Amino acid sequence: MKLYILKRLVGMVVVVFLVLTIAFVIVRLAPGDPAALMLGPDATPADAAELRARLGLDRPIPVQYLTFIVNALQGDLGQSLFFNRPVLSVLAERVEPTAFLALFSLAISVVIALPLGIFVAYRRGSFLDQSAVSVAMLAASVPSFWTGLVLQRYLATDLGWFPASGYGGPDATFLDRMGYLMLPSIVLGIVNSALILRFTRASMLDVLGEDYIRTARSKGMTEGRVVLRHAMKNAAIPIVTVVGLTFALLVSGAVVTERVFNIPGMGNLVVGAVLRRDYPVIQGTLVVVATLYILINLAVDLLYLVIDKRVRY
Amino acid sequence: MSAGPILSVEGLRVAFRSRRGAVTALRDVSFTLEAGRTLALVGESGSGKSVTSLAILGLLPRNGDITAGRLAYRARDGRELDLARLPQSEFRAIRGREISMIFQEPMSSLNPLFTIGDQIGEMLLLHEGLDGAARRKRVIEMLEMVEIPAPARRIDSYPHEMSGGMRQRVMIALALICAPQLLIADEPTTALDVTVQAQILDLMRRLQREMGMSILFVTHDMGVVAEMADDVAVMYAGAVIEQAPVADLFARPSHPYTRGLLASIPRPDRPEGERLVAIAGSVPPLGSLPSGCAFAPRCPLATPACAEPVGLRDIHPGHRVACIRAEEVLADA
Ligand SMILES: Nc1ncnc2c1ncn2[C@@H]1O[C@H](COP(=O)(O)OP(=O)(O)OP(=O)(O)O)[C@@H](O)[C@H]1O
Ligand SMILES: [Mg+2]
Repeated sequence: MKLYILKRLVGMVVVVFLVLTIAFVIVRLAPGDPAALMLGPDATPADAAELRARLGLDRPIPVQYLTFIVNALQGDLGQSLFFNRPVLSVLAERVEPTAFLALFSLAISVVIALPLGIFVAYRRGSFLDQSAVSVAMLAASVPSFWTGLVLQRYLATDLGWFPASGYGGPDATFLDRMGYLMLPSIVLGIVNSALILRFTRASMLDVLGEDYIRTARSKGMTEGRVVLRHAMKNAAIPIVTVVGLTFALLVSGAVVTERVFNIPGMGNLVVGAVLRRDYPVIQGTLVVVATLYILINLAVDLLYLVIDKRVRY
Repeated sequence: MSAGPILSVEGLRVAFRSRRGAVTALRDVSFTLEAGRTLALVGESGSGKSVTSLAILGLLPRNGDITAGRLAYRARDGRELDLARLPQSEFRAIRGREISMIFQEPMSSLNPLFTIGDQIGEMLLLHEGLDGAARRKRVIEMLEMVEIPAPARRIDSYPHEMSGGMRQRVMIALALICAPQLLIADEPTTALDVTVQAQILDLMRRLQREMGMSILFVTHDMGVVAEMADDVAVMYAGAVIEQAPVADLFARPSHPYTRGLLASIPRPDRPEGERLVAIAGSVPPLGSLPSGCAFAPRCPLATPACAEPVGLRDIHPGHRVACIRAEEVLADA
């Protein structure tokens, strides 16, 4: 167990290293002179030379690489060209809305999909089961920007139940800001709940056909106990996995949703950075998101160990 | 010893719903299990032994229904209950506490994610409200009774840490910890190798002596029948075609199918090659059974009269058979 965690941590270091390398390479792979690209067509060669020197792009590649890695490991992901501030501090400002958007939407999707998935698996073939499966298919295939725009139009603009967009002004309280996240979280949650629902249902269906479920029934317990205690624990591993995966999807989901609802989160930041060719910010976001994803993966794998004592790594 | 029947199954019919309509898996199952005795339910694969066992405990698969018949069970409090019509809420108090079951597959019948102590102890929680240290103590005692070594340590094991034979002992402990009146054992040793099989059978016999429960023992192994049973009911294609005390059945099989079944037991005094090919043909598929005796198409003694439906009748006291030519079968032997 301890050895396993140690192995995983070593693995993590390797992956983070790879991520850093990829982030480094991507910028250098862009055709032409990155400095010229960043500055756009109006820049003079002198400007480009100045920027190259500022970013260290005029030094040999191995030196650039080493500097980048060493700086990154010290928490220095470079300076944003647009904001003229350290990338990390720019990112830190944008973390709150994205983190809460991800959290709320995950909570919403789990709260909807988990009980529903269990219930329709138990009542497989029923009308409710068939409708739930069809609706989930539909929800998963409709692009989230469309759901976003529709709900924004009807629930926010027409009915006024939610603020239509934005994140409150500079003096909005925390609760105000969270209020702005409700509708976007629902939009993002709907898409993900479709996925979680289908996995929960499939996983539950498998388990409910197992011999040990029949044994559980033969012991004289209620159906509720059969399902929630004996079946649920066995169905949990695939469900935990898909919830973990969903978290990764949330990142791309957040980009779209933050655009639609004009929320100043990391998704919006990265879109802006791409449009502005702010390479250090793109690099930094990539590194931070990838690291987060690695951590979530680790947490999911550790959760397996807690659920299933047979799992040995 | 015999204090009247604890369970009598009368004309049990079970049908499975499928996309191609209903399939009748049990056509006419009738037998009586006397209190404190062991009744072996024997028959070829697919004859309906497991479906019968599950029907008794109300555990038929979702697509299966009891369409006719009675399952008259004498409860511990003396009431006679028809298990075919018992509401689920009442059934829950019977399952595990009065009637419990062990299954063929010790590998898959235990939940892989709970310790064996947890799974056995859950019975005490459900039926006696027992928890904590008292429960643990009872579970350890029970593990000792089923001869699991180092029970105080083993109680915290998971099923995957145990062998097939040990798991079947765990299943037995689980089934018997609430001291049920009736134990249904559906081929409990079929999945085990021969030595382990003998140990489990010994264990079951000893526990029956000590605890006095009645056993419905499902098997297709006539050797096991001879070793375990007081009475035997023989099934063919979803119906019981003969029931008798074990010695009587072995000495005087009265149904041509039973005769064939007994003749096919490998015996040391008969070399393998000389084994009688007793029954030609195979069990017809459930959908295409004849309206009369289901065995008639394979029966060497079949006559046109066998096309008429035939039910169990007493051929002599305690020996029932569903064959119109049973007397001739007997005389022939
Ligand atoms: N869920 C089900 N749906 C449809 N048919 C079923 C179902 N379960 C059992 N059957 C049918 O019922 C018949 C009896 O099956 P059963 O399992 O009782 O046989 P068995 O005597 O226990 O055989 P074995 O010795 O192989 O265990 C079989 O023909 C089987 O196909
Ligand atoms: Mg069977």
